[in-house]
Amino acid sequence: MGGYIVRRSLLSIPLLLVISFLTFALSHLSPLDPAEAVLQAQGVPRITEELIAATKAELGMDRPFLVRYADWLVSSLKLDFGSSYVTGKPVWSLLGPAFANTLKLTLISVVAIIVMSIALGVLCALREGKWTDKSVRGVSFLLTAMPSYWLAALLIWYFSVKLDWLPTSGMDSYLSYVLPVIVLTINYAGIYFRVVRSSMLSQLNEDYVLYGRACGLPERNITMRLLRNSMQVAVSVFGMAIPILLGSTVVVENVFAWPGLGTLTVNAILGRDFPIIQAYVLILAAAFVLFNTVSDVINAALNPKLRKEL
Amino acid sequence: MAANVLEVSHLHIWDSHTGRTIVPDSSFQVKEGGCLAIVGESGSGKSVTCRAVMRLNKNGVRHSGDVLFKGVNLGELPEKEMRKWRGKRLCMIMQNGMRAFDPSRVIGAQCRETLAQHYDWSRSDIEAAVIGAMERVMLKEPASIMNKHPHQLSGGMLQRVMIALAIALEPDLIIADEPTTALDAISQYEVVEQLLRLREDLGCSMIFVSHDLGVVRKVADEVMVMKDGEIVEKGTSEAIFSEARHPYTRYLVGSKQALSRHFNRIMGGEAVAHR
Amino acid sequence: MNIFRNVWKDKLAFLSMSVVAAIVIVGLFAPVFAPHDPNEANMELRFASASWEYWLGNDHLGRCILSRIIYGIRPSVLWVFVALAASAAIGAAVGFLAGYFRGRTDAVLMRICDVMLSFPGYVMSLAVVGILGAGLDNILIAFVLMKWAWFARVIRTSVMQYAEADYVRFSRAIGTGHIAIMAKHVVPVSLPDIAVASSSAFGSMILQISGFSFLGLGIQAPHAEWGMMLNEAREVMFSRPGLMLAPGLAIVIVVSAVNFLSDALQTALDPKLMKSGKKRQEQAAAASARLEGREVA
Repeated sequence: MGGYIVRRSLLSIPLLLVISFLTFALSHLSPLDPAEAVLQAQGVPRITEELIAATKAELGMDRPFLVRYADWLVSSLKLDFGSSYVTGKPVWSLLGPAFANTLKLTLISVVAIIVMSIALGVLCALREGKWTDKSVRGVSFLLTAMPSYWLAALLIWYFSVKLDWLPTSGMDSYLSYVLPVIVLTINYAGIYFRVVRSSMLSQLNEDYVLYGRACGLPERNITMRLLRNSMQVAVSVFGMAIPILLGSTVVVENVFAWPGLGTLTVNAILGRDFPIIQAYVLILAAAFVLFNTVSDVINAALNPKLRKEL
Repeated sequence: MAANVLEVSHLHIWDSHTGRTIVPDSSFQVKEGGCLAIVGESGSGKSVTCRAVMRLNKNGVRHSGDVLFKGVNLGELPEKEMRKWRGKRLCMIMQNGMRAFDPSRVIGAQCRETLAQHYDWSRSDIEAAVIGAMERVMLKEPASIMNKHPHQLSGGMLQRVMIALAIALEPDLIIADEPTTALDAISQYEVVEQLLRLREDLGCSMIFVSHDLGVVRKVADEVMVMKDGEIVEKGTSEAIFSEARHPYTRYLVGSKQALSRHFNRIMGGEAVAHR
Repeated sequence: MNIFRNVWKDKLAFLSMSVVAAIVIVGLFAPVFAPHDPNEANMELRFASASWEYWLGNDHLGRCILSRIIYGIRPSVLWVFVALAASAAIGAAVGFLAGYFRGRTDAVLMRICDVMLSFPGYVMSLAVVGILGAGLDNILIAFVLMKWAWFARVIRTSVMQYAEADYVRFSRAIGTGHIAIMAKHVVPVSLPDIAVASSSAFGSMILQISGFSFLGLGIQAPHAEWGMMLNEAREVMFSRPGLMLAPGLAIVIVVSAVNFLSDALQTALDPKLMKSGKKRQEQAAAASARLEGREVA
């Protein structure tokens, strides 16, 4: 098992290198010259050629591409992503706290999502075709067809405005977590529970269920067996839930004015603040790769057959 | 005359989703200490019948009729009771050992779980029982087998583990559903030997489902031939193999004999073939 | 074409198909269907509720909401479809090449796909929009870039199965060119899989693109687009919550219909996957058991 972990981790390194390279190259694909972007972001009214050249020299942008890339990569590892074009502050000082805020929201939501998905998935699989199954599937179908921001707005309107139970926005107290987490859970659990459900359904026909019952095992034990074997597919999906959510809370954060990564990035996009966008992409892509590795490892732990691969 | 350990009367099995009848009307008995073989092609209703006896068919498949096990009508037992009887008094051995066990756990854990369900013994007693049973089915190094996952063992070994579990449970009736079908010839031989010994040691009754007439001949006292859900012929082993009455049975027996005759002829000359 | 026949039979699927078709037609011929000019502002009619002239009322600039919704079909649904088609086309091309030729081509193409798929979709779209700037075309480009790798993977899997078929090998043996083989043998058979994959992605793409517009990154004012209309409605959410209903419901209806259609397509294609189709499952199993009819030893 240890050998598998090492091998799998080593595989991710070249991938991370390529990703970092692409991310860095990304900002140079813009029709806008980076130096010009800086000037624009700073709100300089008349941008002349000399100004651009001066800015370039000042920011070290006239060095060869690969040198700049290497420089950026090394400093990124130290969490120094350069400075924001707009405010001039170090990127990490803005990203860091925003990341922490989004992370808090994400982690709590992921827990809720996993719990709900498994609960609903198991419930529907065991009651397949019956009224419970059909109604849960029907309701979730409608709920996941709703744009999350619309659902969020409706919930805010009802619970915050009409009933005044919960705060409408911001990240002030424990209560402010409630609505955003509910929205995210409805959105994602509504999709994930189907994975759990179909995974369990496919297992229901397996021989070990029949044999277990033939040996006189109670349904409880059988359900545990089913769960353990259905989890493989579910774990791959859940494993990726954290990084996906980290990147996808953008809209929900916007509706709830949550001071997180999403809000920061959207403002960066509107302000053409490249360093922030670059750092954002790098961090999230790296998180994606990392979690992919972790979920593969967990899968190998659950299913011994997979350890022989690689 | 020995009492019947199992009496099935007018068993009618149908699929409630499609309305299709799987088994229209079956009646058969298994004598105490005897072995009934159920023979027939795939789809003839053999496995469905066995599952119906243990009330293990899928939700859509229903059955009616009387299934008397040692005088008790299994159909009238509440599910909780039935669960206690399964394993302890009626035991099943399945076709594919690789799939019968939970692929994510080691064999030992699953055997312990099963025994813990029926016996109140301590963990070490249960382990000793399992290891003892495995030794009796000639499994070498039972302790290491206990720590292996199903996919690390061969089909034949897993079959023998199932038989070992049956030995430990000491049931009155063992239903073996095509236990040799998924095995190679050598493993088949070993498993059949173990099943014969099982019957001798425990004195239990057996229902042996198979489409392999050669094995059936070795193992069974009585034979029941099924085709398309119906029982086409019933009788003692000798009667079926020498003087089958129904044309289908004759066809089955005949094709088997033709094959063996041909084989023997090739191997050892005409004299051997007509022995 | 069997697929369509199966979908036809299912009443709800037929309903969804009609809804989607109706929406597409209304969107394409928006000028015909819309009662008013979507950009015509009438400040006296600000926040007017539904009336005989303006069936869904007016928004914060006095524009006709119904007309805006109708015109909004174009960016919210039709253009998304274009992006979907483009993405699927690119993915299909890559998938065909990889699945058909295998070997080095496959390995190289799949490495590229892996890298693309390592970027979380949403993040990549944000990045592309960030670099290129806000606007409908940039969002669509971003989405095409995001999804093509996924399509490529799915289609490659499907093609790999079909490319191994005997009739393909036979065609090669008699010297038919690769392109001809792909066009005649592989493409028609994998079309259903492509259709299923595309339809399942369509719903989420509609939602995501409207999400981007909601954030202000998509189509710019004063054009009508459902996500953007919701953004505008959000500004006055506390005083005039009713404004949020129309565009939101529009999205829900379209996405539901599309998702339902996609589910129906998928089950029509592969009865084994039917969620409550135990009937068919058992019938199929029984049929195959009868066909097998093992020889009695």
